[in-house]
Amino acid sequence: MLRLLKQIAVTGIKTEPPPAADEALRATGERLRADILEYFGGALTIRHVDAGSCNGCELEINALNNPYYNLEGLGIKFVASPRHADMLLVTGPVSRNMEVALQRTYDATPEPKLVVALGDCGCTGGIFGESYASRGRVSNVIPVDVAVPGCPPTPFAIMQGILTAISAKKT
Amino acid sequence: MMLENYNLEFVRIPGAVAAWRAEVNAIEWITTCRQAREEGGHLVALWGSERAAGFAVHAALATSHGLVVIAMPLAQARPEYPGIEEIFPAANRMQRAAFDLLGIVAQGSGDQRSWLRHAAWPADVFPLRRHFAGANSAATGADDYAFVRVAGDGVHEIPVGPVHAGTIEPGHFRFSIIGERVLRLEERLGYKHKGIEKLFAAMTVAEGSRLAARVSGDSTVAYGWAYAMAVEGMCHIALPARALWLRALLLERERIANHLGDLGFIGNDAGLAFGLAQFSLLKENMLRLNAAVCGHRYLMDAIVPGGVECDIAQDALAQIGEEADELEKAVALLRHIYDEHPGLQDRLQDCGTVSPSLAAQLGLSGLAGRASGQAHDLRVQFPPEPYDRFDVRIAKSQSGDVAARVAVRFEEVFESLRLVRKIIELMPLGSVRATLSAIAPNAAGIGWIEGWRGSVLVAIETAADGRIARCHAHDPSWQNWPLIEHAVINNIVPDFPLINKSFNLSYSGQDL
Repeated sequence: MLRLLKQIAVTGIKTEPPPAADEALRATGERLRADILEYFGGALTIRHVDAGSCNGCELEINALNNPYYNLEGLGIKFVASPRHADMLLVTGPVSRNMEVALQRTYDATPEPKLVVALGDCGCTGGIFGESYASRGRVSNVIPVDVAVPGCPPTPFAIMQGILTAISAKKT
Repeated sequence: MMLENYNLEFVRIPGAVAAWRAEVNAIEWITTCRQAREEGGHLVALWGSERAAGFAVHAALATSHGLVVIAMPLAQARPEYPGIEEIFPAANRMQRAAFDLLGIVAQGSGDQRSWLRHAAWPADVFPLRRHFAGANSAATGADDYAFVRVAGDGVHEIPVGPVHAGTIEPGHFRFSIIGERVLRLEERLGYKHKGIEKLFAAMTVAEGSRLAARVSGDSTVAYGWAYAMAVEGMCHIALPARALWLRALLLERERIANHLGDLGFIGNDAGLAFGLAQFSLLKENMLRLNAAVCGHRYLMDAIVPGGVECDIAQDALAQIGEEADELEKAVALLRHIYDEHPGLQDRLQDCGTVSPSLAAQLGLSGLAGRASGQAHDLRVQFPPEPYDRFDVRIAKSQSGDVAARVAVRFEEVFESLRLVRKIIELMPLGSVRATLSAIAPNAAGIGWIEGWRGSVLVAIETAADGRIARCHAHDPSWQNWPLIEHAVINNIVPDFPLINKSFNLSYSGQDL
């Protein structure tokens, strides 16, 4: 136990400053009112949906909660049910076998809600594209607010995408 | 040539893997599998392909000689072959997948339910056939999978997924429970099926490399190397030593990074958030160094047919060596803390146990196999250069529980750190790329690499124009998923996430 406590003390605080929002990531015009976004900004809950990724994006989503990025420190946390979520974070080209599940998850998320599509596959279908097994980009299946490219996008880029989605558009 | 114990004429498959192939008839198909089983071998992969006339079913068997790949031609009108799940139980899901994609039938199989096909295409259409016209076929309606029902007083079902509560890949788990105790778990996978094998079939060999690197993102180095190895064999080229040594360095870094992540998550799932914070810091440091020296945090596309994309300069190698020294100290300290934490050990020990005898019977492979006494590691048994220089020590346990899978990960991290230092110390100088000759038409190549999860296989056949006719990428998760169904029996439902995480299998890699 002493070792454990000592290690916590020695490790110290590693968290780095978060990125600023980036308007270039916005996929659609802003769908939510500024005052609602401000409300989200204080305590956002996210439901992650893997709709067919190679699992590379999942590695980076998991990294968001390591002490360097410490997403929860910004009041943003992942929740276990879409019914508790303000935002869906969707990865992958949408496989046809996941299409119904993704649609149902979207429907189960209460309004007002945001969707961030992650990765080259989420943005465009990526290397998997559209086929007998894949519907391609996330916006082919549900509305998308912000799309973050990358294969996979870095945790920093994902944070930036999330923060862009909940920031009011600067005109 | 003939191989001892196998009464067949084999042809050596050119390349870095000790691999032989033979065309067989139905009787030889079965007897070869039996012989492999009897001499302690196991099934690495089973897949189908379409030929100029008819089809073929292929099996890759790990034997004492190396990899034995047998192919049985099947008639166009009745593409049937004897199922081999009686010999290798792991074959069942592979046979079902081969039917879903190609319409080839395993005779005598007790379970013929669809596996990768849910409702995205009709049952009488087979996407991997050349003349498949359903590129944008509409869904066929309801997906009604016949789960096995458990009946009895007080038994009820918990359906979980495909969308799970954490940041993990999608799959469906059907628990039949009594009270908190799991009587039966049935998995249903295939949700991530995105047509990878069909995509391969339209690509040039060079294009296929990027796709291979995205079969399972967490094993991108292993797939990249296995794919490149298959291509280089087909081209009959030998790589400069430095390219191979750099590949080994990247593969060991992938192994260490994944093991660190898993050790953190296993601690977290057992209630020790401290473990996740500590191990995820160590992992993030590694990923950042990867980005600095190779331009990608997970080393995607670093390995290409013909060599490696990034040469690593001497000062960067020194930096990797220093990191290895620091990691060794940090992981040793964390191992002490894990080992001495009674609350953690209480959760890990005797949880999710797969006995060595069950592991041997059902063919548990890779890391999880080694935690249940199955001493298979390609780096030890069939080491490709440079592993033949290092006398790799295999990590093994007999207890087969979550604690054993944790212990094997710790041992493998230490061994990989030793290898990393050895590689840096002895790194040969020279070029990191060889020129690929033109790809031979109608050639076959095979790559077989010990990834962090287990052995990854890539088998390629080229068409008459030198493009890919068929590429099968095989993840060790195929073998190990069925064992989780056994590991959870009589455990309580809340221990499932911990047990599942201790295997950490790929969904994408098996759904293809």
